[in-house]
Amino acid sequence: MLMDAVFLARIQFAANITFHILFPSISIALSWVLLFFRLKHLRATDPQQKVDWLRAYRLWTKVFALTFALGVVSGVTMSFQFGTNWPGYMERVGNIAGPLLGYEVLTAFFLEAGFLGVMLFGHRRVGEMVHLGATFLVALGTLMSAFWILALNSWMHTPAGYEIVDGQFHAKDWLEIVFNPSFPYRFVHMVLASSLTCAFLLIGISAWQLLKGVAMTSASRVLRAGLVFAALTAPAQMVAGDFHGLNTLKHQPQKIAAVEGIWETARGAPLLLFAIPNDATRSNRFELPVPKLASLILRHDPEGELKGLNEFPSAHPPVLPLFWSFRIMVGTGILMLLVSWVGLWRHWRDGWDFSRMPRPLLTLFAGMTFAGWVATIAGWYVTEIGRQPFIVSGLIRTSEVASRVPSASIALTLAIYVTLYVGLLAAYVGVLKYMAEKPDKSTASVMSEEFAEDPHRYQGRGEFA
Amino acid sequence: MMVMSFDEMLPLIFIGLMGVSLLVYVVSDGYDLGVGMLMHRATPEERDTMVASIGPFWDANETWLVLGVGLLLVAFPKAHGLVLSELYLPSALMLVGLILRGAAFDFRVKAKAARKAMWDRMFIAGSMLASICQGWMLGRYISGFGEGWNYPIFAGAIAVALPMAYALLGATWLVMKTQGELQEKAIEWSKIAWAPMVLGLILISMATPWISETVRVRWFTLPAIIAVAAIPITSGVALLAVRLLLGTPAVRGALCWLPFVLLVLVFFLSFLGLSYSIYPFVVIDRLTVWQAASSPESLKVILIGVCVTLPVIIAYTGFSYRVFRGKAIELDYA
Repeated sequence: MLMDAVFLARIQFAANITFHILFPSISIALSWVLLFFRLKHLRATDPQQKVDWLRAYRLWTKVFALTFALGVVSGVTMSFQFGTNWPGYMERVGNIAGPLLGYEVLTAFFLEAGFLGVMLFGHRRVGEMVHLGATFLVALGTLMSAFWILALNSWMHTPAGYEIVDGQFHAKDWLEIVFNPSFPYRFVHMVLASSLTCAFLLIGISAWQLLKGVAMTSASRVLRAGLVFAALTAPAQMVAGDFHGLNTLKHQPQKIAAVEGIWETARGAPLLLFAIPNDATRSNRFELPVPKLASLILRHDPEGELKGLNEFPSAHPPVLPLFWSFRIMVGTGILMLLVSWVGLWRHWRDGWDFSRMPRPLLTLFAGMTFAGWVATIAGWYVTEIGRQPFIVSGLIRTSEVASRVPSASIALTLAIYVTLYVGLLAAYVGVLKYMAEKPDKSTASVMSEEFAEDPHRYQGRGEFA
Repeated sequence: MMVMSFDEMLPLIFIGLMGVSLLVYVVSDGYDLGVGMLMHRATPEERDTMVASIGPFWDANETWLVLGVGLLLVAFPKAHGLVLSELYLPSALMLVGLILRGAAFDFRVKAKAARKAMWDRMFIAGSMLASICQGWMLGRYISGFGEGWNYPIFAGAIAVALPMAYALLGATWLVMKTQGELQEKAIEWSKIAWAPMVLGLILISMATPWISETVRVRWFTLPAIIAVAAIPITSGVALLAVRLLLGTPAVRGALCWLPFVLLVLVFFLSFLGLSYSIYPFVVIDRLTVWQAASSPESLKVILIGVCVTLPVIIAYTGFSYRVFRGKAIELDYA
């Protein structure tokens, strides 16, 4: 029953990384946004503006703290699951994966966790500059964490700088390993994905606040900042995604063939807007093609040749999940681009006044609060399922390194984890909504009374300096 | 004496680093897990102060576990596979506990006020679950994952003793970080947890040589016994000093930090004793550090990173403790 254990281990790992990625995809960008809010607050001269940015900073710091904590606890779980679910992986490529993971812990995790306390709770205990510095270091830590983990992940897609001695991987050139061929594209793509996810969270929650009539002036500023942020990053992400796709075509053509549903190598391949690929018959049903568009996009030539799945017998990923994940990702991306641009244009027409913005548009914003999550997860499924059946592209199959733990144990823990994750996710979304509606509810563990009554009167060190 | 090459020493350096990471983890997350477990004896207001006393630190504390397990994974992949396959279920349950408490910690003040009690219960339950599982894992690990009627009893005893040790550590942390009524309570809690912890420690010290031949030979032969006897003797003196201090008024004032520091010393000495028992095995009687280690080239790459970053990590951890020194007061996002 080895297959069962492999399958369960994969589902468990997938469940865990799906849950985990939700939180870094917000916190990577949100940490920099917080720095921006703080600087806006410090530099504002108008008293109303000062208060607005401070309130925005307070609310979003709470969001950040919660998001970060969930990222940490699911990340700790991952550090165990690398070993429990894929013991053979570390035994084979530990010499390469080990140092990359080690550097992530040493340079990123400790930096984030070490300064998080000062950033969240230390404002009245340290000077303004030290506090800004702590915020900056937390933001830097989240980015470094993304750097190392994506270096390792990209290496698994496009391995470089290694040699194999007796089945064991050894490092030959660390620069080649870290800056492997797909790394720069994947890193930029992920950072932009986080920016878009964060931007839509800002947009969605602020729009919800405007709809509910809470914290109007502060929410307006955040909504505007979010719209500008999204309007800038959405097109940038399209460009980055296109480059990433071309890079994938070069190094992992089987992934692209599955994404495009191309079973046989073809010139002038169509772009399929809709289809239901079938792995058994090796064909698509209900195709809705746009002639030659896939070749045009990927080869920049309408008659360009695209390799089909027939060129990769028993070594290509499952087609249906890839085909649809990709379309969900791109579809959500296009929607985010349109919504941010239309929103910003409308806001400009309204004379930068949100009270004139139609409520249906605000409702649409609120409805898209978690649009970034959908696109990010779909994108990760494209890239990770697209690497199958290999764990290290073309070199080690996932089934070779899987767990020797009995499948019953894996099934049991999987059930516990999934229950926990679903519960925590529901609580997270619920608490975000609650915090948006009650942004001034103090989270002081021990509340000083005058602060609870009137947040405006509260003056910590440097607050209104 | 045999001279080792640098490559042969690398696995020893790494087992040392891993041990130190896990020691720092046990002490630092130990006090915050302990505070979490003690919360069921506190009033809602006291709970807020207790959480405030660990709020700025718990995140960094858990990172030491990631480093410890990471080093095991990275430097001793074979041992990692063996250890975590043996401990699959307890480690998964421990993670569930850590996830619950980490999440509950943040939810309790952000969710609706009516839900706070529920999140507090999750926080307490998660802290207990994680501590019990760690105790069980430690027990199984020390006994080399042996099979037989006596092994589960041994692991079960440690699964009770370690949470007690954490509770004592947490209580003395509160003696140091709080004042007034809560401090009085913390002193009482310390007194209650003291006896089971000491009993547990004695039990482990007696049972380990009984269960493992290797350990017996190493401790109870001359002249080693004379040299290493310092470890249990010093621990005993420190533990007695803790108990005596708890009965004096000084613990409410100038010496409030001393019981906690003495306990950290006891943890350190226990760790030394354990290392002495196990060396040079990663998994006792089954796998030595050299058999389990990764290639020297990779270890060197990590070692460079460790040498550069560890002093910096220690420095800013110290900075954070300095910023939040003194009694725990209100904790809010400002």
